[in-house]
Amino acid sequence: MDNYAIQLENFEGPLDLLLHLIKKNEMDVYDIPMAEITRQYLSILDAMKSLNLDMAGEFLLMAATLLHIKSKMLLPKIVEDELEEEEDDPRAELVRRLLEYQKYKEVSLTLESKPQLGRDLFARVSAEPEVLENAEAGFVSVGLFDLVEALKGVMKESSEPLVHQVDMEHLSVTDRINAILSQLQGQESIAFTDLFTGGLKRSEVIVTFLALLELVKLRMVRFMQNVRYGSIWVFPAVAIEESEELDLGDDSLGYS
Amino acid sequence: MDIHELTPLVEALIFAADGPIKVERMAEALDLEQAEICAAIEALEADYEEHPRGFFMQEVSGGYQLRTRPEYADYLRKLGQSRPFKFSRPALESLSIIAYRQPVTRSEIEYLRGVDSGSVVKTLLEKRLIRILGKKDVPGKPMIYGTTKEFLELFGLSDLSSLPTLREFSDLVPEEENGEFMASMPLLVEEGDVE
Repeated sequence: MDNYAIQLENFEGPLDLLLHLIKKNEMDVYDIPMAEITRQYLSILDAMKSLNLDMAGEFLLMAATLLHIKSKMLLPKIVEDELEEEEDDPRAELVRRLLEYQKYKEVSLTLESKPQLGRDLFARVSAEPEVLENAEAGFVSVGLFDLVEALKGVMKESSEPLVHQVDMEHLSVTDRINAILSQLQGQESIAFTDLFTGGLKRSEVIVTFLALLELVKLRMVRFMQNVRYGSIWVFPAVAIEESEELDLGDDSLGYS
Repeated sequence: MDIHELTPLVEALIFAADGPIKVERMAEALDLEQAEICAAIEALEADYEEHPRGFFMQEVSGGYQLRTRPEYADYLRKLGQSRPFKFSRPALESLSIIAYRQPVTRSEIEYLRGVDSGSVVKTLLEKRLIRILGKKDVPGKPMIYGTTKEFLELFGLSDLSSLPTLREFSDLVPEEENGEFMASMPLLVEEGDVE
């Protein structure tokens, strides 16, 4: 068996390795000699003394696929299928994947060679966006990913020590909604992070976050950023009356 | 406004803008027709060509931006405000797949690459090069991804249609064989040494 000085780590995955073998042996990709390529592929896997387990799974899956295709090809063909020969080639799917993969692999190198901003080209660095703080016109609405990032931020700050303590406590989303509404009263806006100050516990953080989500759903508040990826601000979407209390049972929100 | 007056004004707007600036935006700011702005941009481009500067104008992400010329990259890098983001091969491959096939799910990316791509997708999200477009209406409701404005800006693309053309698999295979996919298949069956 040929001894290939090949490191699995050099390949992005099984498709990459197969493409390498096809090129190296000058095989015709539309007519891959399955026996030969399977033999070479397996010998490379064998030669790996220590396999990175994550990676090995994907390479082993391909090995199984190759053997599967090869054994399918050994089976005699049913005569009436001959007309649809092309679709019946057990290699067809693999070939299609190899061709697709090759296309993207190649174009990714073309992309990489394009002049990149910050590497080859430089643009003027814009003035501090904070200057625009008060211009509401510049606000954009907040996307889901930003919101999750922001939650991750406050969660990090409220990480709890690992102490086991059983403690009954009723945290009500409704109460929190009303608390947020009264905090927003008379304010133009509140910073997202300001709602999470005061050393909140993890559970309190979650309830506050849920309350905010409910308020957005009820169209009582809006989340806005003045720059993309900037800090998130909570704006009341309706004028909040002094005495207004939302009469929402937790049940009606689906929490208990 | 006379084109000779307008051209430096448009240059000023492009210079001062926070990122690539669109023609529509300039037209709005100056209360002029878009055609006039375009004429001024053409005049600027001609001027930069005739009297080269340290920068040039690039049409990127649907707008215009002044960027330093690529031949000065080495010197500018020495100025070194920030280290450029170096792409790993998995990241580039995944990014290419997302760019060309968006909207695309993670499992579609993984099928094409043949390897797990979760962490790469996460990195690309963090680098703001891709974003979540929504969820696909199939069982499991997987997220679907697409590229961002930052992606276009990074690679200096005016829009997605200016991505490099995908080349078909030509360097490995002689052209004429494309037609006859299966011609010699029966020959293979004899060597059956499954290990």
